[in-house]
Amino acid sequence: MSETTASGAVGPGASIFYATEEPHPDNGTLLGFWIYLMSDCLIFAVLFACYAVYGGSYAGGPTPGEVFDLHGLALNTAMLLFSSITYGFAMLEMAQRRRTRTLAWLAVAGLFAVAFVGFEVNEFAHMIAEGAGPWRSAFLSSFFALVATHGLHVTSGIIWLATLMIQVGRYGLTAENERRLSCLSMFWHFLDLVWVGVFSFVYLVGVLR
Amino acid sequence: MEHGSALMHVLLGKLTLDAIPYDVPLIFWTGVVVAVLTVAVLGTITAAGWWGYLWREWFTSVDHKKIGIMYLVLAVIMLLRGFSDAILMRLQQAMAFGGNMGFLPPEHYNQIFTAHGTIMIFFVAMPLVVGLMNYVVPMQIGGRDVAFPFLNNFSFWMTASGAMLIMVSLFIGSFSRAGWLAMAPLSEAAYSPGVGVDYYIWGLQIAGVGTLLSGINFVVTIVKMRAPGMSMMKMPVFTWTALCTNILIVAAFPILTATLGLLSLDRYLGMHFFTNSAGGEAMMYTNLIWIWGHPEVYILILPMFGVFSEVISTFSGKRLFGYSSMVYATAAITLLSYLVWLHHFFTMGSGADVNSFFAITTMIISIPTGVKIFNWLFTMYRGRIRFEVPMLWSLAFLFTFVIGGMTGVMLSVAPADFVLHNSLFLVAHFHNVIIGGVVFGAFAGMNFWFPKAFGFRLDPFWGKVSFWCWLVGYWVAFTPLYVMGLMGVTRRLSHFTDPSLQIWFEIAGVGAAIILVGIAAFLVQIAVSIRNRHALADTTGDPWDGRTLEWSTSSPPPHYNFAFTPVVHDRDAWTDMKRRGAERPTAGFSPIHMPKNTGAGFVLAFLSFVCGFGLVWHIWWMAGASFLALIAVAIGHSFNYHRDYHIPADEVRDVEQTFARRVAEQGAV
Repeated sequence: MSETTASGAVGPGASIFYATEEPHPDNGTLLGFWIYLMSDCLIFAVLFACYAVYGGSYAGGPTPGEVFDLHGLALNTAMLLFSSITYGFAMLEMAQRRRTRTLAWLAVAGLFAVAFVGFEVNEFAHMIAEGAGPWRSAFLSSFFALVATHGLHVTSGIIWLATLMIQVGRYGLTAENERRLSCLSMFWHFLDLVWVGVFSFVYLVGVLR
Repeated sequence: MEHGSALMHVLLGKLTLDAIPYDVPLIFWTGVVVAVLTVAVLGTITAAGWWGYLWREWFTSVDHKKIGIMYLVLAVIMLLRGFSDAILMRLQQAMAFGGNMGFLPPEHYNQIFTAHGTIMIFFVAMPLVVGLMNYVVPMQIGGRDVAFPFLNNFSFWMTASGAMLIMVSLFIGSFSRAGWLAMAPLSEAAYSPGVGVDYYIWGLQIAGVGTLLSGINFVVTIVKMRAPGMSMMKMPVFTWTALCTNILIVAAFPILTATLGLLSLDRYLGMHFFTNSAGGEAMMYTNLIWIWGHPEVYILILPMFGVFSEVISTFSGKRLFGYSSMVYATAAITLLSYLVWLHHFFTMGSGADVNSFFAITTMIISIPTGVKIFNWLFTMYRGRIRFEVPMLWSLAFLFTFVIGGMTGVMLSVAPADFVLHNSLFLVAHFHNVIIGGVVFGAFAGMNFWFPKAFGFRLDPFWGKVSFWCWLVGYWVAFTPLYVMGLMGVTRRLSHFTDPSLQIWFEIAGVGAAIILVGIAAFLVQIAVSIRNRHALADTTGDPWDGRTLEWSTSSPPPHYNFAFTPVVHDRDAWTDMKRRGAERPTAGFSPIHMPKNTGAGFVLAFLSFVCGFGLVWHIWWMAGASFLALIAVAIGHSFNYHRDYHIPADEVRDVEQTFARRVAEQGAV
């Protein structure tokens, strides 16, 4: 066998059949995370579809007008939107490679999200105390399932954020940590987007119903 | 006493000693035999000192090839369980006429058909599909692994944990009696108060996480990691079908997750999604489960279409006929599979217009499928056909699947479906396409790629015995079901009164026995092949004169698959390379960057199993503690930043030169 190197062209057409350089496939993490978000979106799609079907099934129980507090809700929505924009500031600082400021904005974003979840838990407790728990009617089942699924997503986002803050604090803004922050960023804004749907479709339409 | 039982309730939830089925000899002794076998296997491994090897080289492996093999082993083990259920059903139905009630009481019979369906779809067919994709796809695209090797390992163990939970239900408590899709309201707490449906839910949820992550993993792998020059329209057809299947997984499995989640909210928290009261709507469950369920059957069959494409083109010695139409047909089926779900319940009564829409979309699917059938036929036309075992399975598929497809079109005619709905005709139809398509495809694929994975071919004699038994057995077992279905016999009955039907069930029983011989012959085939491995050895890496890149490596391939990434100029890249005399480089090796093994996936999946068990039995401390541990381990794993290493260039050179010498001795390539 002749001693051919990888770049040695062989045969008619002089094509190269093996690459000499080590392959560096694009990092697929961000694409993978996008696809994950789209799959998550389908879970929300099912929950929205359920709310569309069950939204009027009060079974003689409370109606949206009786249980939704739109004023508190507006404030709560503001918490989530502020959380999103402050996360955006953290990403801008990350692009400038300023670790301390990145961490500071992440902390602010996290606190807004904690406030959001706190309000939601309070709202749920209030509704349950009034006899409007998820077991009362199909309308309330679908309401709690959708809103709580969103809330659980935000909660896991907060745990992830805390973990990442420790990792950034300890290992700095490495390429790996930047990638993780970008994934969480997508997750964070995705939840915001879902909340816009919840706010309009569940609360506003519910009250109009 | 009162105090003690309250404590037991906290500690063990609903679990008591009564959960062990002492009183049902059949289950009890099955349990004993399985336990003895398990102890024997574990004992042998311990005595031989294989634990370290298994843990280091297999359980913690992130190598897509080893994970693929583990999926296939899981599928074969679960096939034995699922098929035992089939034999029990066939025996019961052949016996239980008139005064004879058979040997299975109705509540046990219902568990068996539920377990059969659940296991065969989720823990046999799915692992077969994912296993083949795992083994083959990265090599066909000239890659070294999948995009997320750790997730791949995790996915496998989640699937295995789900299977474990289903297996445990056999001996601790009972399994669901609500059919393989757990239709509401039967699966609601009011009508299925025991733990059976909970086993079903958590088994599927845990395995579902694994399946979804596999789906994401493979989409990214195929989109991002193809060898230079391999444009989308130069991808091997199996890779194309794998891409479409994984897109379907990503777009369908979340719906299953959400639907089962809502069912568990009903069961655990008393909500009203699918109940009969307080505004619940059972048909919502039926709709949702089939919005996942119909794409699911295409998730199973599409990769097998890919297997047949590779096999038929290889053993006809020809390029696949109509490659582009094959790709477009696959994509069309992918889309259409979302537009047909309602044909599973035309009898819901949604009206003629809705039923017509779904009837027509269903019939349209037969067009791209027909395109594929003709492409395979024209590939064989004037080819130099070699009737090796994989090719036999493919030919049997063409014949069997076309008939299954035609009965499917019959069922798609909504008025006919009102008569045939829930009849044995339907049972015969879906076994016709799943056995004739998915199972035949899996056997074709395993016989085709086995020499690549292990370095020796499977014994052709026992392969043919297995093949003929499966083919004949399938037709003997299911033709009577078609006949009885047309006569109006409904499915899922454990006893019959009309004695004139008995002969048909006896014939079906004989068919199942023939299939049993086919499965036994497959196991014998593996044993005989291991014994004769030197005679059956494949030293060239290309035993079938293959056409795609996986055949350009040694058999079994080195850990890193390709020392140099192949550059693709044509479809059937390896055929092109052979034709134009491409030579393997023998110098200039560089270190290869590879992911490290990790036990995190195994640990996470084990904790999921414990959590699932706790949830099934309402042992809240166990569920809570294992869930917290799950989060802690996942976070802990994210602190591990050193997940890769380099294989030194010298080692790569040694491996490659040994292979080159072996090929040179053979005088091949």
